[in-house]
Amino acid sequence: MATAAWPGKKDRSLIGKSITRQDGPVKATGRAKYSYDLNPPGLLWAKPATSPHAHAKLVSIDTKKAEALPGVKGVWKDTDLIGEEVRYIGQIIACVAAESEEIATEAVALVEAKYEVLEHQVIDNDPKFATGRASEQEVGKVADGFAEADVTIEGDYGVPVITHCCMEPHGQVTEVRGGELYAWPSTQNVSRWADRLNDSVGIDRAKMHVDCQYMGGGFGSKFTYDKWGVIGTLLAKQTGRPVKLLLDRDLELAIAGNRPSGYTHIKLGVKNDGAITAFEGSVVGTGGGGGYRLRAFPYVFEPKNRKTTMKGIRTNRGGQRAWRAPSHPQTCLLTFSALEDAAAKIGMDAAAFYKKNLNLTARPDVYAEELDIAMKMIGYAEKAHLRTKLDAGPVKRGLGIAMHTWGGLGHGSECRVTINPDGSVKAEIGTQDLGTGARTVVSIIAAETLGLPLEAIDTRIGNNAYPASGGSGGSTTTGGISVSTRMAATDALNDLLGHAATKLGVAADKLEAKGGRIREMGNAAKSMSWADACKMLRTGSISKTGQNNRTEAQKAGLIDAGVGGVQIADVSVDTETGVVTLNEMAAVQDCGLIVNMKTCESQVFGGVIMGITSALFEEALYDPTTGRMLNADMEFYRIAGIKDVGTIKVHMMTGEEYEKRGIIGIGEPPVIAPAAAISNAVANAIGVRVPYLPLTPERVLNVLA
Amino acid sequence: MTADEKTNMQGKGLSRRGFLKGVGAGGAVATIATGCSTIDRDGVVSLTPRGPENTPITLNINGRRRKLEVEPRVTLLDALRNRLDLTGAKKVCDRGTCGSCTVLVDGEPAYSCSMLAVEAAGRKITTVEGLGSPEQMNAVQEAFVENDAQQCGFCTPGFVVACTSVLDKNPDATLEEAQAGCGGNLCRCGTYVGMNQALMDAAKSLKGGA
Amino acid sequence: MKSFEYATPRTVDEAVEQLAEQWGETEVLAGGTDLVTCLKQGLTAPKRVVSLKAVKDLKGISSTKGALTIGAMTTMGELAGNAGVQKHFPSLATAVKNIASPQLLSTGTVGGDLCQRPRCWYYRNGYGLLAQQDGKSLVTAGDNRYHAIFGNAGKAKFVSASSLGPPLIALGATIKTSSREIAADKFFQTPKSENERETVLKPNEIITAISVPLSGAENATYEIRHRQGLDWPYVTASVAKTNGGTKVVLGHVAPTPWIVAGNDAAQGAKPLSGNGYKVKMVKTAVKRALAAASNGASN
Repeated sequence: MATAAWPGKKDRSLIGKSITRQDGPVKATGRAKYSYDLNPPGLLWAKPATSPHAHAKLVSIDTKKAEALPGVKGVWKDTDLIGEEVRYIGQIIACVAAESEEIATEAVALVEAKYEVLEHQVIDNDPKFATGRASEQEVGKVADGFAEADVTIEGDYGVPVITHCCMEPHGQVTEVRGGELYAWPSTQNVSRWADRLNDSVGIDRAKMHVDCQYMGGGFGSKFTYDKWGVIGTLLAKQTGRPVKLLLDRDLELAIAGNRPSGYTHIKLGVKNDGAITAFEGSVVGTGGGGGYRLRAFPYVFEPKNRKTTMKGIRTNRGGQRAWRAPSHPQTCLLTFSALEDAAAKIGMDAAAFYKKNLNLTARPDVYAEELDIAMKMIGYAEKAHLRTKLDAGPVKRGLGIAMHTWGGLGHGSECRVTINPDGSVKAEIGTQDLGTGARTVVSIIAAETLGLPLEAIDTRIGNNAYPASGGSGGSTTTGGISVSTRMAATDALNDLLGHAATKLGVAADKLEAKGGRIREMGNAAKSMSWADACKMLRTGSISKTGQNNRTEAQKAGLIDAGVGGVQIADVSVDTETGVVTLNEMAAVQDCGLIVNMKTCESQVFGGVIMGITSALFEEALYDPTTGRMLNADMEFYRIAGIKDVGTIKVHMMTGEEYEKRGIIGIGEPPVIAPAAAISNAVANAIGVRVPYLPLTPERVLNVLA
Repeated sequence: MTADEKTNMQGKGLSRRGFLKGVGAGGAVATIATGCSTIDRDGVVSLTPRGPENTPITLNINGRRRKLEVEPRVTLLDALRNRLDLTGAKKVCDRGTCGSCTVLVDGEPAYSCSMLAVEAAGRKITTVEGLGSPEQMNAVQEAFVENDAQQCGFCTPGFVVACTSVLDKNPDATLEEAQAGCGGNLCRCGTYVGMNQALMDAAKSLKGGA
Repeated sequence: MKSFEYATPRTVDEAVEQLAEQWGETEVLAGGTDLVTCLKQGLTAPKRVVSLKAVKDLKGISSTKGALTIGAMTTMGELAGNAGVQKHFPSLATAVKNIASPQLLSTGTVGGDLCQRPRCWYYRNGYGLLAQQDGKSLVTAGDNRYHAIFGNAGKAKFVSASSLGPPLIALGATIKTSSREIAADKFFQTPKSENERETVLKPNEIITAISVPLSGAENATYEIRHRQGLDWPYVTASVAKTNGGTKVVLGHVAPTPWIVAGNDAAQGAKPLSGNGYKVKMVKTAVKRALAAASNGASN
C-alpha cells in the first residue's frame, strides 16, 4: 500500500536529482508555440490606441478614419471611458483589428480622440507629493530603544519603480466559435485566467477554453485577462475571426508591469557591541494610481523596538503589479543598507554585526549556518575589510551581505492521474510552466510515485479543461502541484496494487511499485512488470484525482512555508568612471525537499541575476513635464547581459533537517537579497553609500564628487 | 514621364501621386511600365521602385526557396513569423536591442526586426528552425538543454542562433570570446550561468570532444 | 509604420536620382539598424526608401596613396576585422568592437554609423529632434542624464550617436560623398531647427567612402559604458598623437563629436541639471585614451 509521505533519500530515484527539463528541446529549437506565435487561419491583428496624456478627461473617440483603412476588420472603443479621466500615458482607449500587423499599426494612428488635458504628477520620491493618511506601526517603545543606544545612525535609501519586462509581452489570441471562447493567453494562471471575464464579454464561464503551453515570462504580472483580454475577446466576437492582441514593447514596459518604489529615511540605534536597540523608518513610494504599502519592513531583523510609517504617492503612471517577491526586494534593500551603515559607523565587521543580532530574526540557526557557508564560498575571511580601509588606486573592491525570507506554501491544486490497461500513464493538471520547470516536476512526482521512468508519464498542463491548479505566484506552484500529483498517483497506484495483489498472492498493503515492476516490499522475486499489472485492468483505466489540501499537507510534512537565504556580493568600483563591476556572488538558499535540483538551482541563479539587474540597471524613468516613461524600450531600460553578472555560486541546503519539512517554493526568494548585498558591497568598496538604486555610474560619481 | 512629373520628382512639391507615377526616375528606365516585370528572379534588384503595395520576393530560408508577397515596409522578422509561420525568431524589443529575433543572413547573425524582408531577398537566411529539430538538435541546442540554459525560453532561439554563429566560426573560442558572441542578446529569466556552461560544452562537442 | 516604395539602384548616380531634395521625402537605407527603427517610431515617414545594397563600389577597404579608403557600405564588422585597420587605427577598431553586438556589427555600415539619428529619448518618443514644448526645452526641464555637456547652448541638447565620428575626426579623415569631399571635422553640424539634420549631407547626397590618412599617429579610443554587451557609451574619447600634436575628440558629450581645444578636455563644459557627472568621465576617458595610445592598445 503506497502512502503519500515523501520517500526517504535512499528510496528516491528521481526526487532531488538533477533532471533535464522535458520541454527543453522544443524551446531550444524554436518549435515551442507561445501565444505570440499562434497563427490560426483567418487571424486578425489587433493593436490598441492609447492615451498620449498622463492625465486628461477623455472627451471623444472617433474611429471612422481607422475603420475606413482597407484591411481593418474590427474596431472597439472604450465608450465607458468617454467623459471619464485617463490617468497615465498608454492607457488603452480603443483598439483596431486588421488583416495584418502593419495595417493594424497604421490604423491605430488614425484613431482620433479629444481630451481636456489635466495636470499630472509622476514624481514618486518626494514626500511632499504623498497623499492620504500614513499607515503607522510601532512595536515596543522606539523612544526607549534609542535611549538605550550608544550610537544612532540615520540614512536615506531608495528603490525606484522597475518593470517586469517579460520577454513575451502581455496579451493573447482569442477566437469565438459557436458562442464559445477559445483563448491562448500568455499567463501564469491558466485555470483561473478567465474568472470574471464573463462579466465583460457575455460568454458563460463554462464556455471559455483556455490554453497556454509555453509562456515567455510573467514574474507576477500575468495573472488575469486584463483589459486586452476583454478587448481581444470582444473583437473576436465582433469579427468572427481569431484575433491576436499582444502589447508592443513600449506599452509592455509602461502599463503592464510596475513594481512599486520605496524611498525611506531610517534611524537605527545600536550599542557599541553591535546590538540593535531601535529601528525607525518612514517610507514613501508609488504604485501608480492605486494604494501603496510595502510589507515586511524592517526586513528579516526585527528589533524589539521598532516603528514604521508608510505613505503612498499617487502618480500618473501605469499601475503596480506583483513583482517576484512583492515588497521584499525593496524592504531588504532599505533595511540592509541601514544595517551595514550602522555596522560601519561603529567600526564593526558586517558579518559579525549580523551574527550579533541573529536573535532578532525568525530563524537564527538557519541564518547562522547559511551565513557561514556563504562567507566560505566568497572567501570572506581573506577579502573582507572595514569601510575605513579602502583599496589604493582608482578601482576599489568591497563585499556586502544581505539576507532574505519567504513563505512558499504550496497552493491549492488538483491533478488527475490515469493508468491505462496498455501501461501508459497520463497526468493532467491545470497548472502552467513559466520556465520554472513545473511540467517536469509533475512528471517527476508521478514517475517517482509509480516507480516508472520519467518518460513513461504523459504530462499534460496548461489547459483549463484539466483539474484546476493555482496561479503561479508566491512561489506556491512546486509545492501545490507536487502534492496534488502525489495524491492522485498514490491513489491510482493503490488501485492497481489491488489488482496485482490477487495475481501475486500478496496483500496489497505489502506491495510497492519500483523500477517498472510491482513487487512485494523487500522481495524482488515476487513481482510482476508494470505492463503486466496494467493488463489486468480489463474493466478500464484507473483515473484518480488528487488534491493539495494545504493545511493537511503541511501537517503531514508534504509541504511547508518559510525559507531563508544569505547572499554575499563581491564588487569592484572604478571610482574614475563610476562603473560597478560584479566580480562574484555567493547565494545560499534553503527550500525544504528539492524536487529537481537542476531547475531549482536555475531558479536561484535566475533570481540572483534578476536581482543583480535591478541593482545595477533598472529604473522606469518618467519625464515630469510630459508624464511619459522615457525609457519604455530595452535600450535604456537596461537588463543585464551575459558579461554583466560576474561569477555566481549557488549552494542549496540539503539534508534530513531541511528535507523533512517537505517541499517549499523557490521562485521568489533568491531575487530578494542581491540588490541589498551589492549596494552594501559598493559602500564597502568606496567608503560611502550610494543611497538609491540602480547603482549607475552617474550615481556613483555623484556621491564621490 | 512628363515634364511636370519630372519636376515633381526632383522639385519641392513632391506629391505622393506625382511621386508614385515617377517610378524609375531617369530616362533610361522611364519606359518601363510596372516594377514587377523588371524584377530579377528573387526580387533582389529591380530597375524601378517597388511597392508600396505587395511585391513578390523569394526568400532562401533554411535551404528552401519561399515565394511570398510583401509590402516593402514588412520586416524580415514579421515576414518569417506572420507570413511563413516560422515563429522561432521572437519579437521582443522590436528595436534591434535584445537579440530575440536573431537569424543568420549569409552566415552572419542579424536582427531580423531591423531588416526589411525585401532587403533579405536573394540572401541565405537561417532561422533557429534550420539549425536543428527537437529530434536532432545541433550542438548548441543540446548544450542549452543539458545545462538548463533556458527558462521561459522566449529569448532562447535568439541566443541559440548567436551562439551557433560564434562557435561555428571559432570552436576554439575562450569563454570570453564566446560570451562576446552573445553581446547583442538579452535574457530576462537570468539563464547566463547555464549558458556559460553550454557555450563551453558546445565548443567542446563541435571540436569533436566528448 | 507608413508604407513606402522601395528602390534598389545599382549605381551612385541612380541612387542620387532616386532621392528627393527635401528631408523626409525619401530615406537612404544602408544596414537598416537605425532607419528601420526610425520608421517604426514614426520619426520619419518617407514615400520612398532607397536601398544601397545593390549599389556597386560602396563596399570594401583598400589601401591607396597613403590612405585607407573604406567604402560606405562596409559593415562595422568588416571594418573592425580588417588587418590594416587593426594595425593602423586601433581607435577605429576599438570604437567598433565596443558596439559589442555581433548582429549590429554584421549589418550596420560605416556610412550608416555616421548618419544615424540621435538616441535622445525625447526625440525617440516623438517630441522632436530639439525636444521643444511650448517654447521650452523638455531636456533642460527633464531627465538629461545622457545629454550634452558641450555645445548645448542652442536648442539641440542631444548627443551625437556616431561611434566612428570621434576617431575619424581625430585621425583627420575625409568623407567622400556622391558630390564632394568633406573633412570629417566639418561633416557634423548642430541642427538649429527641426528641418535640419546632424550632418552637412544634403537629402539627395550619399556617403560613398571614407578616407583615413596613414599618418602614423598613435591612436586609441576609450569608452565608458555601463553594460558590457550592447549599450550606448556615456562618454568616449578618441585620441591621435602625431609630431604635430595630439588631437582629442569626444563622443556622446555634444550634438556633434566634440573636438577638444587646449589641454583641459573638460574646459567649457556646461552641464545640464542631471549630467554633471560626465565632466569627471571626460577627464577619465581622455586620460585613459592617451595612455592607451602610448601603449598601442585601446580598451
